[in-house]
Amino acid sequence: MKGLKLNKNVKDNLITYGIVIIAYVIMQIMINTGHISSLLQGLLVPLCVYVILAVSLNLTVGILGELSLGHAGFMCVGAFAGAFFSRYMEDVIEVSLLRFVIAIIIGAISAGIVGFLIGMPVLRLRGDYLAIVTLAFGEIIKNIINVLYVGKDSSGIHFSMKDSMSLGLTEDGDVIINGAQGITGTPKDATFTIGIVLIIITLVVVLNLIHSRDGRAIMSIRDNLIAAESIGINITKYKLMAFSISAALAGMAGVLYSHNLSSLMATPKNFGYNMSIMILVFVVLGGIGNIRGSIISAVILTLLPELLRGLSNYRMLIYSVILIVMMLFNWSPKLINLRKKYSLRRLFKKTGEVR
Amino acid sequence: MAALLEVKNLGISFGGLRAVDDFEVTIKKGQLYGLIGPNGAGKTTVFNLLTGVYKPSEGIITLDGVNITGLKTIEINKAGIARTFQNIRLFKELSVIDNVKAGLHNHYKYSTFEGILRLPGFFKIEEAMTEKAMELLKVFELENEADYLAANLPYGKQRKLEIARALATDPKLLLLDEPAAGMNPNETMELMNTIRFVRDNFDMTILLIEHDMKLVSGICEELTVLNFGRILAQGATGTVLNDPQVITAYLGE
Repeated sequence: MKGLKLNKNVKDNLITYGIVIIAYVIMQIMINTGHISSLLQGLLVPLCVYVILAVSLNLTVGILGELSLGHAGFMCVGAFAGAFFSRYMEDVIEVSLLRFVIAIIIGAISAGIVGFLIGMPVLRLRGDYLAIVTLAFGEIIKNIINVLYVGKDSSGIHFSMKDSMSLGLTEDGDVIINGAQGITGTPKDATFTIGIVLIIITLVVVLNLIHSRDGRAIMSIRDNLIAAESIGINITKYKLMAFSISAALAGMAGVLYSHNLSSLMATPKNFGYNMSIMILVFVVLGGIGNIRGSIISAVILTLLPELLRGLSNYRMLIYSVILIVMMLFNWSPKLINLRKKYSLRRLFKKTGEVR
Repeated sequence: MAALLEVKNLGISFGGLRAVDDFEVTIKKGQLYGLIGPNGAGKTTVFNLLTGVYKPSEGIITLDGVNITGLKTIEINKAGIARTFQNIRLFKELSVIDNVKAGLHNHYKYSTFEGILRLPGFFKIEEAMTEKAMELLKVFELENEADYLAANLPYGKQRKLEIARALATDPKLLLLDEPAAGMNPNETMELMNTIRFVRDNFDMTILLIEHDMKLVSGICEELTVLNFGRILAQGATGTVLNDPQVITAYLGE
C-alpha cells in the first residue's frame, strides 16, 4: 500500500522531468538541423526564465495557498545581484561557466534573503491584504534599484542613492549599477542548456519539497490553518520557508534573465506589476498547485504572442480570447474526462513503447 | 489515580460578555469525562481556552503537573493536548494518510535538506511514518481509504480521521468536540466503541463535548454541566443527569 503511493508520486514526478528533457532534446535537434527560426531561438532562454518563475510562484500560490503579486520583485533582486557579481568579477574569474554558476547562487541567495525579510511582516496578513502588500513590495524593490548607484575602483565598492557623480570614483573607476540605466555590459552567459538545468533544479527542489515532511506541513497550513496549529505545526516557520524558497528560485530565474541581455534596466515592463501578473496568469491557467501545468502554460503563453506576430493587429485579441476560453473550459468536467481519455501520460507511454 | 488536568477559576470575557466564568475541573488519568450543556453555554470556549486558541482572562490550567496557562496552541499541543473540532477541520486536499502523517510531524523529524535531496534519512523516516500512520488508520478502519483525498471520505469517516490525526500527535489528553454530531444511531454506537477502545489501548484521557445523551450516559464516567458560562452541576454521570437543576436547564422534563 505505502510503496504504491510513493511510487505514484515518483512516477508523476518522473513524467514531469521527462517532459522537460524530451522538449530539450527536440529543441536541440531542431537547432542543430537548422529547423528553427532565429526568433524562436531567441525565445528559448526567456522561456526557461518564465517556466522557473511560474513553477516557483506556484509554490507560494498553489502549495502555500497565499496570493503573492510581488514575484517580479524577487526576480529583480536576483537579476541585479547576479549581474552585479558577473560585472564585478568579469576580469577576476575568467571561466564564464564558473562565474555564472556563482552568480546564480548569489542571485538566488540574495532573493531568498529579501523574500525572508519581506515575508516576516507580510505573512501575518492573509488573502487580499497579503496580495496588496506583496504588490507594493515588488514595486518598492524595483524603485529602489532605479535610484541605486554602485561603482568600483581601486579602493573598493562605492554606493550612492543620488547620482553616479556622488560615488566619488577615482579615474580607473567603473560605474556598475547606474541608477535607472541599470547594468550594461553583463556577459551573455545564459544558454538554453543552462536554462534547462535550472528548470530541472527548480523542479527537484519544488517537487521534493512538496512530497516531504515540510511540504506536508506547508499544505496543511494551506488547507486549514487552525487545525495545523492544533497538531503542533509551526505556522510562521513553514510559511516563511515556502515564501523564501519561492523567492530564491525567482531570483535564480532573474540571474538567467539578466545574463541573456546586454543591458539590464528595472522598468515596469520587465520587473513591474505586469510581470507579476503574467506569472500569476501562467500559474492560474496551468492549475493552481499543478506544477506540470505551470510549465506547459508558461511555454504556451510565452510562445503564443510571438507565433501570432504575423497577425499583428489581432494578436492581443486572439491571445486574450484564448486566455478566456482556457479559463472557462480548462476545468470543465467534460473536458477533464476527455483529457483523461487522451491524456498526455498515455500518449507518452505509447511513444515510449515505440522507441 | 493522579489528576492529569487541573483547571482552577478559569474565565474569559469578550468585551462585556462573560463567556466562561469560574470554570473548575479535575480530570484523572484514564478518565472519560463529559462536558455538556445547552447551546451557547461556553463548552467550545472552554476547549479553546484549554488549547490556547483564546488566552484566559484569569485562572490556571495545569496538565500533568505543568502549568500551561497562556501558552500558544503549538506549545500546548507539544505539552500533550490534542483536539478535534465541532465543524470538521481536515486537510481536505491531502490524502487520508498524509493527514495522519501531518499529525506525526513533531515526532518524526528529518531536515529540509534531507527532504529535498532525498538523502537516506528521508526514506528511513518516511517509511517509519507511513508504518505508524497505517497502524493508526487500522484502529479507525480507514486503512483501505489511505490514498483517498480526505475531502472525499464520508462524513462519519472524516470524524474518525480527525480523531486519528489528533492521536498521531501522541497526546496525554484528547479533547473531542461533538464527535457524534451528524451521525446516525449506528454510527454513534460504533463511535462509542472506538472511543472506549482508544481510551483502553492508548491509555488516553478523554474530555468530550456531546449533545447525544445516549453517548454521554453510555461512556462518560463523570460530567460537568455548563449553563451561561457557569458550572451548573459536576460529578458522577448518574448523579448529574438526575439533578433537577440539570433537568430543567438542559435535559427537559
